[in-house]
Amino acid sequence: MSSQAVVHLSEVTKTFDVPGRGTMTALSGIDLSIGQGEFVSLIGPSGCGKSTLLRLIGDLTVPTSGTVEVNGKPARQARVDRDYGIVFQSPVLFDWRNVEENVRLPLELIGTDKAAREARVTEMLELVELSDFRRHHPYQLSGGMQQRVSIARALAFEPALLLMDEPFGALDEMTRERMNSEVLKVWTQTGITVVFVTHSIPEAVFLSSRVAVMSARPGRITKVVGIDLPRPRTVETRENRRYFELVTEVREALRGMDGRVEADDAALERATAEGGIG
Amino acid sequence: MTAGAAPSRRSRRRRIVAILGFIGLVLVLWEGVKFIGGDPWRVNGELMWTPPLDLKFATDINLPHVWSIAAALGDPWRRSADTSLFMFLVGKALYTWREAAIGFALGAVTGIALAAVFVHSQLLERAFVPYVVASQTIPIVALAPMIVFFVGNEILAVVVVATYLTFFPVTIAMIRGLRSPDPRALELMRSYAAKRRTIFWKLRMPASVPYLFTALKIAATASIVGAIVGEGPGGVQDGLGRAILDFNQTYITGPEKLWAAILVTALLGITFYLVVRIAELWWLRDRAPDVAT
Repeated sequence: MSSQAVVHLSEVTKTFDVPGRGTMTALSGIDLSIGQGEFVSLIGPSGCGKSTLLRLIGDLTVPTSGTVEVNGKPARQARVDRDYGIVFQSPVLFDWRNVEENVRLPLELIGTDKAAREARVTEMLELVELSDFRRHHPYQLSGGMQQRVSIARALAFEPALLLMDEPFGALDEMTRERMNSEVLKVWTQTGITVVFVTHSIPEAVFLSSRVAVMSARPGRITKVVGIDLPRPRTVETRENRRYFELVTEVREALRGMDGRVEADDAALERATAEGGIG
Repeated sequence: MTAGAAPSRRSRRRRIVAILGFIGLVLVLWEGVKFIGGDPWRVNGELMWTPPLDLKFATDINLPHVWSIAAALGDPWRRSADTSLFMFLVGKALYTWREAAIGFALGAVTGIALAAVFVHSQLLERAFVPYVVASQTIPIVALAPMIVFFVGNEILAVVVVATYLTFFPVTIAMIRGLRSPDPRALELMRSYAAKRRTIFWKLRMPASVPYLFTALKIAATASIVGAIVGEGPGGVQDGLGRAILDFNQTYITGPEKLWAAILVTALLGITFYLVVRIAELWWLRDRAPDVAT
């Protein structure tokens, strides 16, 4: 167990009780170490437990066995210490708060003093280029803008780790590519460690330092692909030959797990959703 | 700032026309029925029209002419009185409204508090919600005298009856409203290690406001019914309830007065409802336009 690892999982398993179907193993034998400043994507078919894995790191659900450490502490302690920010697939903005009030939310909870709070909100809104929309309300923004507010909120209290659970899954392809570049900009500027769940191969390859490929039933990490594309990554990166090679490599790693039972996926997704809300 | 939230001048004008049109239609129907089957129409004692049919419910006792009711509103409320019936009834209505408003406020607070407890404890919810529901099946006329007996003070008893009718819709709506946040929003709060109390005030309460206002609009009218019903057994002399009972007893000699009292009661209910509605529009002005409708 290295001391500089921001995330360290060892021998992690997670099982759910599915009513009428007994116990289902969502994750099995997960070992993963993520270093300071890395950008790691988790990719796999639906039902492979990649979101569950992210939620284990965030202590939004607890492992059945094994240990999860964040910043060298048990995941629970890391959550209590507010060591990470999280972005979900939906922006989860509070519709009674305007943009700046949404970004300010975690700072209010932490008890940051007012002047520091305002400065930080301004800084975050500049980072995601929404300074002109401070007083807009969520319903007045596009989906991509809402998700940028959500990213600003996750970064507001300067966490060491950013967890992103399919953050751009609901966006159209054009917006998604633009958001990918935005996220890399934020990552470069802040030096934050990112764990990114996706089921888009191009997105995973474009963004990451490493891509962890997962299989379903039970969910495990079958391969970790190092992405050695040069940075900064730009529009040209997506036309780079090495990029295509890596996309192919990830795709082939994923191909090992075709022909899974879709019904099992659905049952497990439900159990995951219910089990973790607590 | 919220474009599209404010109705255009044209749609507002159309709405006013619709409201006035409906009132006009009711008046025409009312007098139409009397024209076909009421008592002979007289103006200053002179016979103007004899309806062809004889409908019992359309007689001058059962269904006075609208202009008789209007005239009664302008006349002294009883012989040798200085105040008109209208001002008399408005005074009573304001008195009743005060009782109702206090009951409404207490009922709202009680309802929110109960819902807050139930949302945090499934055990208490399962144990007590059936009684909350059962409480509303007891006829208020049966309960009011008991409340008067237990509470002692008449006005307080009326307030309690109004509270009793108010807390129920608020409780039910708030249980729903406090549970309305997206599970992801709760996870977000959990990721901040937010305490239950913080989650309640920063997330559950604001999220429940649209539900609360729906309940408060029901509660506004219910509280007035509660206050009026409570005034009878409570022996409160100064409210609409007493006036309605009195005019009921003298109905044969002046049916217009009871109709006038009913009219003013309805106006009171509508006014209270509108006050809550305006508060709702103001409170939810920044939310998506479909939330505040």
